[in-house]
Amino acid sequence: MDIQLSNICHSYGSVDVIKNISCTIKSGKIICIVGPSGCGKSTLLRFIGGLERPTSGEVLQLGAAPQDSLNPMTFVFQDFALLPWRTVGGNISLVLEDHGIRGPKANKIIDDVLSRTNLADFRNALPKQLSGGMKQRVAIARALAVNPAVMLLDEPLSALDSQTRELLIDDLVDLWTKKPFTAVYVTHNLEEAVRLGHSILVLSRRPGEIREVVTIDIPLKDREYGNVELEKQRKYLWEIMRNEAKAADLELINV
Amino acid sequence: MSEEYNPKKLAAVKYRGGGFAPTHHRWVGLAVFIVLILMVELGTQTGFISNLTLPKPSDVLITFSELYNSGLLWLHLIPSLSRLAIGSIIGISLGVSVGIMIGLFSYVRAGLVPLVAALFPIPKIALLPLFVIWFGIDEASKYALIAFGTFTPTVVATYGAVDNVDRTLIRMGQSFGLSWFSIVRKIVFPGALAGILSGLRISIAIAIILLVAAEMLGAEYGIGAYILEAGSLYDLERLFAGVVILSVIGVLMSAFIGYFERKLLNWRV
Repeated sequence: MDIQLSNICHSYGSVDVIKNISCTIKSGKIICIVGPSGCGKSTLLRFIGGLERPTSGEVLQLGAAPQDSLNPMTFVFQDFALLPWRTVGGNISLVLEDHGIRGPKANKIIDDVLSRTNLADFRNALPKQLSGGMKQRVAIARALAVNPAVMLLDEPLSALDSQTRELLIDDLVDLWTKKPFTAVYVTHNLEEAVRLGHSILVLSRRPGEIREVVTIDIPLKDREYGNVELEKQRKYLWEIMRNEAKAADLELINV
Repeated sequence: MSEEYNPKKLAAVKYRGGGFAPTHHRWVGLAVFIVLILMVELGTQTGFISNLTLPKPSDVLITFSELYNSGLLWLHLIPSLSRLAIGSIIGISLGVSVGIMIGLFSYVRAGLVPLVAALFPIPKIALLPLFVIWFGIDEASKYALIAFGTFTPTVVATYGAVDNVDRTLIRMGQSFGLSWFSIVRKIVFPGALAGILSGLRISIAIAIILLVAAEMLGAEYGIGAYILEAGSLYDLERLFAGVVILSVIGVLMSAFIGYFERKLLNWRV
């Protein structure tokens, strides 16, 4: 299943935040969206996931979602969004219960996603007992549990310290290498973008337009930390973004 | 710097942190009660406090044990407790449901918040004669008074608590395609529970106040009737025995809610 964005425009009152964004999200690839703060990249993600509606333009789904996908468009949030009163297992079972999956069938799914994210020993822990990195692993496990057609990751590593971030990048690469998934990955961190993106969509400052699309052909698993080629790409992206980010930084926020 | 730098002079860095973090001290509350009662006992024994000002705590204890031995205690206590229970269960359950509705629906909020604000400051005791006309002089009017009194603070606490539920959790629920009812039951309600329970502390204290008010009119038995009778006879020992019973009910209720909070809200950081 591919996703197509056609002429997405959005404004809050008289303020345009997104202008004429069109692109295609290819199945089995990770597309990163980067841009200065306030360029509407998270808003764009919410359009794709159907949590908000653009002022004009459409998000189209090409082809049907796989039969076994419980929730085709699945988010992973920056602040994890785990229910603090449920255990790790309970948080995952939450998203299965509404599909009528309970008991042994749910257990099988929960065990499977927890082992894929190396969380098997933490099934009965409460979120307050977990570090930030572990919480985000739980959120990723929860997303995997519904077998998404497209994962929508909204700055998933931005609340984590840089070491944890490094570990989670490796985890995501691992997950993708074992079983490729489609993902839209919003971030302001260019390092994450070059490590995880098959293509990188650079947005301009508000109103967000597509500045450039950068594709990186190196396979994900070969993109180790400090790779020279990636460093070049990162520098190139920063060249594009630098002035945009500077100008965005000086703007007053009135949305 | 006025002082000269002297590398040989050592001084510990002054500690200025600490405090502002409540910790659990179980017996201090009890000690305060005991000290106060002992002071009053001492004052009345020595005559420093005249026995028209305050009764002797030991006399109150004797009156209480007489009450207990004669079997009258249960005769008064059981109708009071059942009024308290029925009235506050009606008021609190209505209050929680209306509060959740206000929290969830903008129209309900727009329509009912001003109404609740208008009802809240009414002294419910003033409406007792009206309730007697509406519900009769029997139990129903007493239930109604207590229910009405607990309803408004519960509503206010509940919709405040619902407003404070983390919106990102609700977005998360929507993004996973949870049904509206599931979101309310599994995300909104548990998220609001802490605020609802702390509102209940206030509601239950109000219920106890209103219990006495309700029993002052047309009740043969009940702690309120007992206190009223003692008051009109100027029997301070009995009056205080009754008041102590109410205080004990209040403390027990508060402890009960505290127990539930620890049990249900152990997920809190």
